[in-house]
Amino acid sequence: MPQVNQRVLPGFRLSLGFTMLYLTVLVAVPLAACFITTARLTPAQFGAAVWTPRAVAAYSLTASAAFLAACISAILGSLIAWALVRYDFPLKRYFDAMVDLPFALPTAVAGLVFSTLYVPSGLFGRFLTPLGIELAYSRGGIILVMVFIGFPFVVRTLQPILESLDRESEEASLMLGASRWQTFRHVIFPSILPGIVTGFALAFARALGEYGSIVFISSNIPGQSEIAAVLVVNKLEEFQYAEATAVATVLLTASFAMLAIINRLERWSRRWDS
Amino acid sequence: MTESGQQPDADTTPHPPALPARAPTSGDPAWVRILITTIAVGSLIVLVVIPVLSVFVEALSRGVTRYAQNLTDPDNLSAIALTAVVAPCAVILNTLFGVAAAWAIARFQFPGRTLLVTFIDLPFAISPVVAGLMFVLLFGSSGWFGPWLNAHGLRLLFTPLALVIATTFVTLPFVARELIPVMEAIGPDEELAALSLGANGRQIFWRITLPNVKWGLLYGLILCNARAMGEFGAVYVVGGRIAGETNTMPLQVEMLFQGFDSPAAFAVATVLTMLGLVSLGLKTWVESQQDDGQKQEEPAEPGITESVIPPKTA
Repeated sequence: MPQVNQRVLPGFRLSLGFTMLYLTVLVAVPLAACFITTARLTPAQFGAAVWTPRAVAAYSLTASAAFLAACISAILGSLIAWALVRYDFPLKRYFDAMVDLPFALPTAVAGLVFSTLYVPSGLFGRFLTPLGIELAYSRGGIILVMVFIGFPFVVRTLQPILESLDRESEEASLMLGASRWQTFRHVIFPSILPGIVTGFALAFARALGEYGSIVFISSNIPGQSEIAAVLVVNKLEEFQYAEATAVATVLLTASFAMLAIINRLERWSRRWDS
Repeated sequence: MTESGQQPDADTTPHPPALPARAPTSGDPAWVRILITTIAVGSLIVLVVIPVLSVFVEALSRGVTRYAQNLTDPDNLSAIALTAVVAPCAVILNTLFGVAAAWAIARFQFPGRTLLVTFIDLPFAISPVVAGLMFVLLFGSSGWFGPWLNAHGLRLLFTPLALVIATTFVTLPFVARELIPVMEAIGPDEELAALSLGANGRQIFWRITLPNVKWGLLYGLILCNARAMGEFGAVYVVGGRIAGETNTMPLQVEMLFQGFDSPAAFAVATVLTMLGLVSLGLKTWVESQQDDGQKQEEPAEPGITESVIPPKTA
């Protein structure tokens, strides 16, 4: 791809200047406000804000729910991607388009409708509650909405990889006497694994920061079903800005780490291209 | 995505991109095929189809008149109107930014270019709630600029302007992210040609760049708008949730739900759901247009020498 090294085209200064100004005002200054507010706390204050039993419960709930949800998303998303790429079934085009709906549907609507469906009197709840599965206002509900917002990432990461998969090596493997399962394990799986892991990481990162849908479906009880994002909001509403900011900094650090990991993973999954 | 330097590997034969038209000759046994298809279709129905349908069912469960009453409630109408203002504002700002950023990044080399791309992605990684908190720290009464604003009789927090700022932050990467790869893939040849023929910057932009990237731009706009309309966490924190004043549609849904007025919450949710479905339809349509465009351009791939520059007259 040719790149212009000499700046012949007009508008370099203007466009870069505007970009930098915009990013400074909207991203850099607010981020600095968050970090500097946290840095003003003494280590003892910071520790007291970040490491309370309530906060620790919130982190571990957020991390474990997001992890479980990302695992479910990875499995479900892989199966959906496989079916969409490899098989034919009625209304396939519509199902394919539907995968993107969680991106387009406001999370508040998702939270509202899921909590209504899974309460004991709801459409799904009335069958699941007798079985002892209570999803509304429980940890299970948190995982459920995290899967809803997460699985499209896996499908959309995996789909192009599956489509570009080299069919000939599969055929060769079959011809050389490998069983269908062996072909999958040794030929197909290694080349789609980076995609699955990338999708998993994207779903996990998205679930870590999710707020809108979870506030609807979780009972948000401190120490029990309160995720980190809800904790930040609750602290803000109690006007405990320092504590809220400290917890937010923990969340920010986690999301930066995820961003770095995802960048790595995307490079890894692209190594099979070209 | 980009077809950068294809090196013929030893083990991979150059392969035309698999077209969906090629019959999917999957060697999977029938039971595997049926099982996976059932799981895939079943989970999509449970996770997506039934929830969307039940938004409408719940909203209409108390009859059409009640639904109409709920929708035309002054607070709900004002929430709809507020979203209709806030989301486009954020989209316009981020489009200006996206075009500028894509022009700078896809057309020029400068130190820190990759870092800039990563920086643009940051708002995607940041939890919306944390984004809202950052603006509270800036503009709240005890924040960085809060006292100064107070002294001048201005207030930003808990006003629609704060909603615009928070929404703009959250949706910042969408347009830029779509445009940068599209512009990189097209390359600067046509613009350079136009420049050498004496076109000025504005002419190059309106006649070459914009028509070339229009589908990518539209795609970014749709995604940006969909996210802006549905934004919840960030506006929840900076908006103060004043019904009739700073409640956007998603916030109004939450307020009604907390007030145990479920039918009204679902009535507002139907508007959001329809907007989401329209976004989805538009997005799918733009994707098909992009595919057509690629298919038309593919034959001319080896040497993009002949580019159509409209004859210009000053």
